[in-house]
Amino acid sequence: MPMRPSKEWVAIKMAERGGRGSGGHGSLDKSITLPPDEIFRNLENAKRFAIDIGGSLTKLAYYSTVQHKVARVRSFDHSGKDIEHEPLYEISVQEEITARLHFIKFENTYIETCLDFIKDHLVNTETKVIKATGGGAYKFKDLIEKKLGLKVDKEDVMTCLIKGCNFVLKNIPHEVFAYQKDSDTEFRFQTNHPNIFPYLLVNIGSGVSIVKVETEDKFEWIGGSSIGGGTFWGLGALLTKTKKFDELLQLASKGQHTNVDMLVKDVYGGAYQTLGLSGNLIASSFGKSTTADKEFSKEDMAKSLLHMISNDIGQLACLYAKLHNLDKIYFGGFFIRGHPVTMRTITYSINFFSKGEVQALFLRHEGYLGAIGAFLKGAEQDNPNQYSWGENYAGSSGLMSTSPDVFPMQRTRSGTFDMFEMDRLERPLVNLPLLKDPSTYIPDTVDLTDDAMARKYWLTCFEEALDGVAKRAAASQPDSIDASERAEKFRQKYWNKLQTLRQQPFAYGTLTVRSLLDTREHCLNEFNFPDPYSKVKQKENGIALKCFQSVIESLDSLGWEERQFALVKGLLAGNVFDWGAKAVSDVLESEPQFGFEEAKSKLQERPWLEDSYSQWLERLKEGPPHKCALIFADNSGIDIILGVFPFVRELLSRGTEVILACNSGPALNDVTYSESLIVTERIAAMDPVIQSALREEKLLLVQTGSSSPCLDLSRLDKGLAVLVRERETDLVIIEGMGRAIHTNYYAALKCESLKLAVIKNSWLADRLGGKIFSVIFKYEVPCK
Amino acid sequence: MLGGEGRRQPLVWERAASLNFSLFFPWFGLDIGGTLVKLVYFEPKDITAEEEEEEVENLKSIRKYLTSNVAYGSTGIRDVHLELKDLTLCGRKGNLHFIRFPTHDMPAFIQMGSEKHFSSLHTTLCATGGGAYKFEQDFRTMGDLQLCKLDELDCLIKGVLYIDSVGFNGRSECYYFENPTDAERCQKLPFNLENPYPLLLVNIGSGVSILAVYSKENYKRVTGTSLGGGTFFGLCCLLTGCSTFEEALEMASHGDSTKVDKLVRDIYGGDYERFGLPGWAVASSFGNMMSKEKRESVSKEDLARATLVTITNNIGSIARMCALNENINRVVFVGNFLRINTISMRLLAYALDYWSKGQLKALFLEHEGYFGAVGALLELLGSA
Repeated sequence: MPMRPSKEWVAIKMAERGGRGSGGHGSLDKSITLPPDEIFRNLENAKRFAIDIGGSLTKLAYYSTVQHKVARVRSFDHSGKDIEHEPLYEISVQEEITARLHFIKFENTYIETCLDFIKDHLVNTETKVIKATGGGAYKFKDLIEKKLGLKVDKEDVMTCLIKGCNFVLKNIPHEVFAYQKDSDTEFRFQTNHPNIFPYLLVNIGSGVSIVKVETEDKFEWIGGSSIGGGTFWGLGALLTKTKKFDELLQLASKGQHTNVDMLVKDVYGGAYQTLGLSGNLIASSFGKSTTADKEFSKEDMAKSLLHMISNDIGQLACLYAKLHNLDKIYFGGFFIRGHPVTMRTITYSINFFSKGEVQALFLRHEGYLGAIGAFLKGAEQDNPNQYSWGENYAGSSGLMSTSPDVFPMQRTRSGTFDMFEMDRLERPLVNLPLLKDPSTYIPDTVDLTDDAMARKYWLTCFEEALDGVAKRAAASQPDSIDASERAEKFRQKYWNKLQTLRQQPFAYGTLTVRSLLDTREHCLNEFNFPDPYSKVKQKENGIALKCFQSVIESLDSLGWEERQFALVKGLLAGNVFDWGAKAVSDVLESEPQFGFEEAKSKLQERPWLEDSYSQWLERLKEGPPHKCALIFADNSGIDIILGVFPFVRELLSRGTEVILACNSGPALNDVTYSESLIVTERIAAMDPVIQSALREEKLLLVQTGSSSPCLDLSRLDKGLAVLVRERETDLVIIEGMGRAIHTNYYAALKCESLKLAVIKNSWLADRLGGKIFSVIFKYEVPCK
Repeated sequence: MLGGEGRRQPLVWERAASLNFSLFFPWFGLDIGGTLVKLVYFEPKDITAEEEEEEVENLKSIRKYLTSNVAYGSTGIRDVHLELKDLTLCGRKGNLHFIRFPTHDMPAFIQMGSEKHFSSLHTTLCATGGGAYKFEQDFRTMGDLQLCKLDELDCLIKGVLYIDSVGFNGRSECYYFENPTDAERCQKLPFNLENPYPLLLVNIGSGVSILAVYSKENYKRVTGTSLGGGTFFGLCCLLTGCSTFEEALEMASHGDSTKVDKLVRDIYGGDYERFGLPGWAVASSFGNMMSKEKRESVSKEDLARATLVTITNNIGSIARMCALNENINRVVFVGNFLRINTISMRLLAYALDYWSKGQLKALFLEHEGYFGAVGALLELLGSA
């Protein structure tokens, strides 16, 4: 479809201009960044609408299905055919339908325009009802019913809020953050705790509601306060004649409260030492304005008011937390809405009054909680709570800093349209049961929000690789007419994401190499490049299979100890073959056997950068065979076939069962679960050890539930977790840079583990104190 | 006052001179707060002719000046209705006078002390409150006076316990409200505070301090808030242009806060049953002022009333939560914010009763803001 401003776009533009009352001639309003058909996406299949109308923002939610292409592999029937000249398997691109949740947030000013747009694009939906919540639901009821022809069904505000809160706490990694002032990383994201209950939710709307949430369905309003956002706004408007909430906050951020407040030192001349009260504490808010003959600046009054209200809310929240013995307080409501000033003052207050015992926590999707909850109420028959959901980085705007001084452009954008999309995952995700402490497990090794140097490096690295990725994507679909157009759109989109992340590294939670990789995969999928490496993988798998037997033969000819080392070296050498090692894969195409040998020769000599091989060998020699090993595989081709499988074979021969876990969906040239099935079948045909292990269910193939080149052990396929428990797995092997270095390098497990990888990035090697092709071989035994 | 819980640290008492000193007249107790200075003066009525003759001129002049006036300068006021008559203190009989003036007139007060040659008298000036620290230097340089600084919480508690024990000229010092919200049936009734412990003492001056008192010596500061009397008065000045606390209260008594505040019923059309919130409860203080039309339709009186209600309810909430956390069910409110402020007292009485479902009782004391000063006087007399 050609990109042409639709009439709706024009309409929104007009509304925008009118709303802001800007009279500038000829200058384009820069806040318009997206035409509405890029905002209300997938409307054609939309159903189950919900709307949350607050005092100034409307949040619309709908459930839709997305049709996108997936690459499927299917084994040929090889019986009686010459397999020498046939490709290993068939790749077909099929249409798949997946479920997606869309959330859009916009200013109430646009509600009519938006409803019109939705009406025009709602084709043959069976939806009859729209769930509505929020204070404004009353006011707009008639308008919604008239425009959309749907019946408005009101839901309780607090119930929706809490349902939404539970949902994001369970489903969105890095949803929760603590706010830190004067720190490089203002946003300190929290690990998702497996048990989210109980917690205190303090919702600061026009007033304050304090709710204790104990289980999914059990919550109690335990208190509140009338001094809230409405007090800041209402009293602020009276004092400063400033009408808008955001402008009041802006005033406050420039003010000096000490001109208006009476401080301890104003009363004492210094600190109140016997009580240890600092001289800078506020003794009496507005205590200096007790005079009719002095003028006070708007900024100072706004600041004083902000302090007064934030401190008061913090104090009450702490008193309630203490009474109910809770140490987690989540804050939400329009008073917070990502405003750094209010998060800062609330955090300060909570720290002060609880002496650091209670933590003030904020939510990335705080503004959407009501809409999510209302949607869930309406979608109960779809059982959304039964599934796992994942944030779609391609379709979500991310958290914008609303600090007007820092990022004026972003603020304006977040003030207009903000989007949040969640994909329904086919399978529920759970923790790996072998994690030592799920509540402190952090998959990622380096926090790029924290580490400015690393952030700069990796963002540049991904920028530089982008053209190549786009080209490869286009080349992967030679038969498609619009492939290069889509590839360009992909390039644009990912480029923009990278620029956003440069400015606001916290936009999607903690920035990590993993999140950068995942975002790229999401963007590729967005433009229908489900698996740009499918052909490469197919070819490499075919070539590697041809070498399997000779590799096995040469291994079998070695003595036991020599063989153990050769197996490890093979595993490491196989790992050299991934998307980055272009030089090696060129060689591979002509001389596969030679390529594998060459890769081995490139490896660092022992002692390796991280080297506990001797302990591993000792363990194999002295200890009993492991009961069951769980292996997370990395790349297709040489890696899985010539590296992993011989290793698996050796384990099986020792009497160790093996669970081989591969990605559910494609990512780079990583081997997928469906590819692994075919590859294994072909290996079994050649190798009796593998064949009998398969037959006797001593070798099991499972999927991880992930489509990432990295590995989050707290979000794994439930089937995998069940199997791991059933088979009493006592060894975990994690292979590759993405899974063992970018993630899980520091992951502590309850059982023995092997983390191995070759560092194929010189910057990273340098960081870890080594050179390119340095080897990591980390054998860990949990302390008793 | 904003602040966390504080176990007290040992105090260094600064006694100026020998203990005998305290027996010389005049007997003063001074509490210098953030907004107001509270002064109590013991006027001996059993002065013998001999004594009268010996009484130095300076001392006599001070006594006459204080007892023959009810107003001092343009801002000093003697609260005649609070005077305690025929009190026996340290073996002497006399009347206890209660005087107040704004803290910003402190320099003039010190000047006057200097002119009346206060320093020539054989007495110590015992002072508490933040100003005892802040103005210590001025007392020394301008008035040639050495202050005896006393801790304000110690003085406060001593003062409360003492005044309650001597009673209010034969009446009860402590009282409570029955039917606080019902104008017809509301009654101020005496309360017997004979066994006072444990009690939560909420002192509302410019800011608020909340103390849990378990015995005469054993107490702790639980918390405090900066939203106090100073906030009410300060906001009223900004919102209405008034210039005295009395004026602000007068305006408040004629206003209607429900025009300014957003009530539960304004949002839900009635009670919010799910949470057990009555329709009349304030959902958002000043919440109606978010709308331009409503801002234009409220009066100064309405704004003053809303400010009063907001501050009072908030103090009530915090006090109630502290009482729950400390497991105390009697809450005594003192401090000058409550002076001539029946609206706030009734509101506190009602709020505590309603939200605690009758579990908590709000108590008040007649001498509202003077307990710190009384405590300072008692310290002077060596806790006689």
